[in-house]
Amino acid sequence: MIAASRSPLAWVVHLSVALLVILWTLPTAGLLISSLRDKDQLAVSGWWTSLSASTQNVVFRAPGPDKQVEKDGKFVISGNVLEGGAGEVAAFGSSSLKPGDFEPGQTAELNGGEKLTVQADGSFEIVSDKAMEGTRGQRIFYQATVPSRFTFDNYREVFNAAGIGASFINSLTVAIPSTIIPILVAAFAAYALAWMKFPGRAILVAVVVGLLVVPLQMSLIPLLKLYNGVGLFLGVPAKTYVGIWLAHMGFGLPLAIYLLRNYMVGLPREIMESARVDGASDFDIFVKIILPLSFPALASFAIFQFLWTWNDLLVAMVFLGAGNDELVLTGRLVNLLGSRGGNWEILTASAFVTIIVPLIVFFSLQRFLVRGLLAGSVK
Amino acid sequence: MQQLFFAILTMIAGVLACVVYFFGTNFILDKIFPSKGLSGPQASRNLRITNSIRPWLFLGPALITLAVYLVYPVIESVRLAFHDKSGIEFVGLRNFVWMFNDGEFRQSIFNNFLWLLVVPALATFFGLIIAALTDRIWWGNIAKTLIFMPMAISFVGASVIWKFIYDYRPEGTEQIGLLNALVVYFGGSPEAWVTLPFWNNFFLMVILIWIQTGFAMVILSAALRGIPEETVEAAVIDGANGLQIFFKIMIPQIWGTIAVVWTTITITVLKVFDIVLAMTNGQWQSQVLANLMFDWMFRGGGDFGRGAAIALVIMVLVIPIMVWNIRNATKEMEGH
Repeated sequence: MIAASRSPLAWVVHLSVALLVILWTLPTAGLLISSLRDKDQLAVSGWWTSLSASTQNVVFRAPGPDKQVEKDGKFVISGNVLEGGAGEVAAFGSSSLKPGDFEPGQTAELNGGEKLTVQADGSFEIVSDKAMEGTRGQRIFYQATVPSRFTFDNYREVFNAAGIGASFINSLTVAIPSTIIPILVAAFAAYALAWMKFPGRAILVAVVVGLLVVPLQMSLIPLLKLYNGVGLFLGVPAKTYVGIWLAHMGFGLPLAIYLLRNYMVGLPREIMESARVDGASDFDIFVKIILPLSFPALASFAIFQFLWTWNDLLVAMVFLGAGNDELVLTGRLVNLLGSRGGNWEILTASAFVTIIVPLIVFFSLQRFLVRGLLAGSVK
Repeated sequence: MQQLFFAILTMIAGVLACVVYFFGTNFILDKIFPSKGLSGPQASRNLRITNSIRPWLFLGPALITLAVYLVYPVIESVRLAFHDKSGIEFVGLRNFVWMFNDGEFRQSIFNNFLWLLVVPALATFFGLIIAALTDRIWWGNIAKTLIFMPMAISFVGASVIWKFIYDYRPEGTEQIGLLNALVVYFGGSPEAWVTLPFWNNFFLMVILIWIQTGFAMVILSAALRGIPEETVEAAVIDGANGLQIFFKIMIPQIWGTIAVVWTTITITVLKVFDIVLAMTNGQWQSQVLANLMFDWMFRGGGDFGRGAAIALVIMVLVIPIMVWNIRNATKEMEGH
């Protein structure tokens, strides 16, 4: 639209945007690729190497002397260091310090005078002139070239063992009602603040705008006390799903009311006035005209609220227990970071499970999300 | 599964309760003060009464929820900040005296100011640059979607993503963290980035900038498109180059939006908690107010007085923005 787009500098724009896009997507891409890698490969090589075969140092213990066979006057132990696995032996050696001394097919002399030969396909032979003694087998050090392997094993593991499956259900249990229930309440309030005349309306709008930025931290302690009190009084546990649904509703209402009011104020006044002339009450107008017309705004808020409740950690940590049937995905992930901090195969797969639902929502409903953002930022 | 079924059932029950409440109260209101079918002064009197009651029926549930979940807690937090750990005994300013003498608190304040200086500035800056650049290329929308995407990712998820990038392996072994791999590739030696005092703040900030840039970009992109073409065309005719147009014509016209983006991100920064909890939990001098507050809620059985005092500090920092927002909103209302 500006001269610059036609100038020779245009490629600079393309290049810098491409660079920024790569910078912004690379972290997530790395996570996704890593979560699909074989866990032994993931632990020893960067995900950017995952398309090329990787080299690993491996130790293999050959069968003990009791497995030796006498052949042509020599004693032989044979087998395969790869044990039927994929890959190739790139080099081998007889000590842990020099695992790459010999090429496949060469013969290494061991301490006891035995001769060790390892082929590229992994088959090996230890040959000795006299009977080998002892109970433990010879250790063979080798460098294997392993083709990169992609697998869903990590996902299988987190769903079965790490409790991610249960937390997935818990997150859904928290997010779905917390998204749907506030919408109706907010829509009625927004209509009243947008189109009904009553004293104090301007003040209430100002209060809603003010509450929009109240830090959640302010509410936590008093509400925790309140919940404990109510729980004690009614003889029910203080940390329940109902409690967190209501909390999410309370925290989401200011934005919901603000968004919906902004949208409803923009609807044409004539529609409402002609309906009123026809004898419709405010209630009829709201249910039959405003609510259907407000669908885009309702959808925007629903997406916001869903993303926020699904991604929330703080509210869940305070108002919901840490048991297996209550811990949400974000909470589970924080726990895993603490307990399985080094197990990247668990962490990457778990993290991807927690972000996949928001990403699907994001990519399919992005239009509404952008519209909501534009309406929701206080102008 | 059973639990999900229960959740959906409650959802339906909740929605039904709302519907019953709104329909029910309005039905009763119309029954007590009927205006249809009547005529004359009786009808207009009833209409007036229903018109003055109905707004409160509409607003009722929302107002009660807001009062319980936001207004009451603010007041109660102020009260608790002046009481002891269980909230019973009045201790005056003791919590605040403790707070300002506490090294960890001062560290948090310092870090929070760092965050406030860096994150809104860089997120807005990148958002503006990307918005301006993507408007000029044919694949701009795809680029925007990809940069916007981290918005959907939870802070905890983002923390795991970046922790993987910062991952540290001892020198000599192969690095699986991208940052250390790059450092080693260029001949440096690997570092455990999140454990370096002071600098780790910036490594944590990168995560929030990564998330918030998309937000800034979306809003600023819309603002840039809203700039009247004529102003830009006039500048082109006067011989201004691309940079001059951007800085002297476009930026001044979207100052208002830049301020909105800046303040919105500022508020997010003040509330940031998940990232610090997941990455360092305040170790290595990376503590921030929100995480410190959460810590005191449960530390040593929970000290509600100190926790509330820290929450109050966050609130005080937000108040200027709150006042500014309210003033803008009322100005807009009067125009409406």
